[in-house]
Amino acid sequence: MNASPTVLVHAKGLRKEYGSGEGLVRALDAVDLDINRGEAVAVIGPSGCGKSTLLHLIGGLDRPSAGVLSVAGQRVDELSERALAHLRRDEIGFVFQAFHLMDELTAQENVELPALLAGCTPSEARARATALLEEVDLADRARHLPSMLSGGQRQRVAIARALANDPEIVLADEPTGNLDSASAFEVLGLLEGLHAKGLTLVIVTHDERIATTADRLISMRDGAFVDETRLTGGSRGNLSTFAEWERLS
Amino acid sequence: MRGRALLLTRLVRRDIRLHLAQAILLVVAIAVATATLTMALALNGVTNHPYAATRAATKGPDVVAYLTSPSQAKPLIQASEVAASNGPYPINSAVLHFDGHTAGALIEGRSEALAGIDRPEVLSGSWVRPGGVVLERTFAEALGVGVGGRVTLNSRSFEVAGIAVTAAQPPYPNLCWATAIASLPIKGGYETSVQGACVNLNFSAEGPRDVGLVWMTESNLLGLASKANPILDYALNIKLDDPAEAQAFADTHTFVSNGPVLSTWEGIATADALLVHDEQGVLKPGALLLALLAIASVAVLVGRRLSEYARRVGLLKAVGGTPSVVAATFLVENLALALFAAVVGLVVGWLASPLLTNPGAALIGTAGAPAISPSTILEVVGLAIVVALVASLVPAVRAARSSTVDAMNDMARPPRRRGILIRMSRKLPIPALFGLRLVARRPRRALLSAANVAVTVMGIVAVIAFHADVNSRVSTASGLTAGGLSDPVVNRDEQMLAVITIMLVALAVLNALFTTWASVLDARRSSALMRALGARARQVSSGLVVAQTLSALPGAIVGIPLGLGLFKATVKSGALPSPLWLIATVIGTLVAMAALTVVPARIGSMQSIVEVLQSEAA
Ligand SMILES: Nc1ncnc2c1ncn2[C@@H]1O[C@H](COP(=O)(O)OP(=O)(O)OP(=O)(O)O)[C@@H](O)[C@H]1O
Ligand SMILES: [Mg+2]
Repeated sequence: MNASPTVLVHAKGLRKEYGSGEGLVRALDAVDLDINRGEAVAVIGPSGCGKSTLLHLIGGLDRPSAGVLSVAGQRVDELSERALAHLRRDEIGFVFQAFHLMDELTAQENVELPALLAGCTPSEARARATALLEEVDLADRARHLPSMLSGGQRQRVAIARALANDPEIVLADEPTGNLDSASAFEVLGLLEGLHAKGLTLVIVTHDERIATTADRLISMRDGAFVDETRLTGGSRGNLSTFAEWERLS
Repeated sequence: MRGRALLLTRLVRRDIRLHLAQAILLVVAIAVATATLTMALALNGVTNHPYAATRAATKGPDVVAYLTSPSQAKPLIQASEVAASNGPYPINSAVLHFDGHTAGALIEGRSEALAGIDRPEVLSGSWVRPGGVVLERTFAEALGVGVGGRVTLNSRSFEVAGIAVTAAQPPYPNLCWATAIASLPIKGGYETSVQGACVNLNFSAEGPRDVGLVWMTESNLLGLASKANPILDYALNIKLDDPAEAQAFADTHTFVSNGPVLSTWEGIATADALLVHDEQGVLKPGALLLALLAIASVAVLVGRRLSEYARRVGLLKAVGGTPSVVAATFLVENLALALFAAVVGLVVGWLASPLLTNPGAALIGTAGAPAISPSTILEVVGLAIVVALVASLVPAVRAARSSTVDAMNDMARPPRRRGILIRMSRKLPIPALFGLRLVARRPRRALLSAANVAVTVMGIVAVIAFHADVNSRVSTASGLTAGGLSDPVVNRDEQMLAVITIMLVALAVLNALFTTWASVLDARRSSALMRALGARARQVSSGLVVAQTLSALPGAIVGIPLGLGLFKATVKSGALPSPLWLIATVIGTLVAMAALTVVPARIGSMQSIVEVLQSEAA
């Protein structure tokens, strides 16, 4: 479907409307977007401009009102509910501002969740979750419930969960929005590490300082792209620059 | 596959553990409904079995003809359908005295040898002998007399030689009680026959309830007779070639003017069932009442958890759960709880039903535990599964339909501000201010609390109405006959009423406990915040009481018409209870709710503020 195998996300004329008649809100309007494999894209813009909406569409959490959208070679706008679920499960990892962990499950179990949903055996899922928690430096918190973790720790669990099924792309909606700068530093460091390993990333943020460290910066206003900047001429940017800056300041 | 199974069981186990109170209440609500259903089903046909056993063991007659003269026997005996017969035995009445009790006795004169048809089964002691009489078992039990005791019949003293049961006459207290029988569709000539015999024997036409059956030797019986008390009746026991023809046989030979009146074995069986029939009259509407109340409880329970469910739907969908997987998690959880509840209900119902269905001493043996047939199990489990399915339906539909984003953000839905309430509350003391704001912030939760209270009050009102109604129906007999004998039918009705009452009240109390508990949990975060801002623990718990009472009041008021409606819907007739009772119910419930809130509120206020504020669930 996509001409280039390097294009992971392809959107054309993407539109999303909420409500109808008088109350119609056009959250996204005529958005064209291509994201290559391994690219880190930052999306910024004022509150209510449609950043989360864009992310939800790419992640198959919601369906576009019009336009073409394909992710990892699949037409999101045409998939069945079931196929969308499989897409989210196998190709996409989500990180939310509000963490959205399951309160009744431990950190380990939260990370195992997507793998178990995908049909892994319990031992495979456990091994994978253990490794991921190791990676986000939370091995010693595996048996804790989310309520016993700090915000930064919860977000790291959420990142581990997002990686459970080895997704093609990780979508992060203001991942540091609820965190203090030290925790934000840890989380950004993790995301940078993922990017360095070649994972495709889309990060929505309010914070221009984070944004400038991505490969590409998309500015939005009123549901449309108003500016697109290739920060490092297509090569990888450096998220951790910000992190470093945060740490020193 | 194993991974998914693990996931399902893990989610179910954790959810149940995290919301143990709700799970318990769900189980209790369903178990109460299924237990009552089990009992009601176990009552069905429970007398048939003992009557059939008694009939077989005593060689019960197919037809009993009550004759006014022995000469009427001949044409009956010679009828072509008749296989065998014995009698006619003389019958007389007497006044029986024992230990301060007075009762009527219908006495049948028998030979000392047991007969071939209707040979009463002697359960203790021995059969009649000169000076020794045998009493029908329920009658003996009501009198409290045993073998070896002495009773007087028309002032003459007799020793009780034995206690026996028969299939030829219905047991005490329905032997002559025409009122009970007239209202029922009784097969056969029973109504006219025994009543006729009773009338002949100078028992009043209304049919006294305190008449029991006594056997003695024929010569003893003739000795009791006198000019003032002549023998007017004779019982002829008949076996037919085909017992199924008893009714037809009775029809052709009854109503000959001044002729014999015939009662069939089917008619007697029905009269036997009266004991249990009355119980069913209490138990069946009671079971329906309980079932409806249980369903209301389940509905409120599920309603309370809908927003929580929505969040779970969103989370599972976001990490890649398909609609069917998400639906399965809810289904498995509710199914597991419902099946567990069904098993509890079956066992409790099975254990409890002998208390209710013990067919009365009139029949051979005690029924023991009534048989729980496969169809009973099927119906009970079916009910539980239906409840589970209904409870899972809403989240399942949401899983399929709802937008994942909306579902997930449901948790984050900001509390609504009700400007007026907030402004009003500003001038109030802190507890009232806090209480009012709690209600204002979470109107949906307040509404659910109100619904819970409404269900509780509904149950209490239904109990009160049910009591008033059953009392008005059975109070004519008051549990004691004129002669001071206990009346097993009324006693059983009251037992039954007690059972239903206990269950309804238990369900109402559990509902109340749950409501207060859930409200306190709902307000955990706000309470912690208030304390973080400097309110004292006592002020916070008082605030919770205010909030609880505020939301409970409309619920309690709505509960009254709901309870009366529920009662009207299950018991067609029935007098309504006095308004005084209803007002007392509302006030009592509110006070109880307030009192019940204090304890969990105090416990909650001892929790660490930090922990509460950090927990994501709040
Ligand atoms: N479910 C919905 N129903 C109606 N309107 C919606 C819905 N979700 C979002 N919107 C509207 O769509 C527009 C874009 O919302 P979106 O959440 O994408 O903004 P955002 O850029 O993520 O804002 P923020 O930075 O505050 O998170 C807003 O005007 C919002 O009010
Ligand atoms: Mg947003």
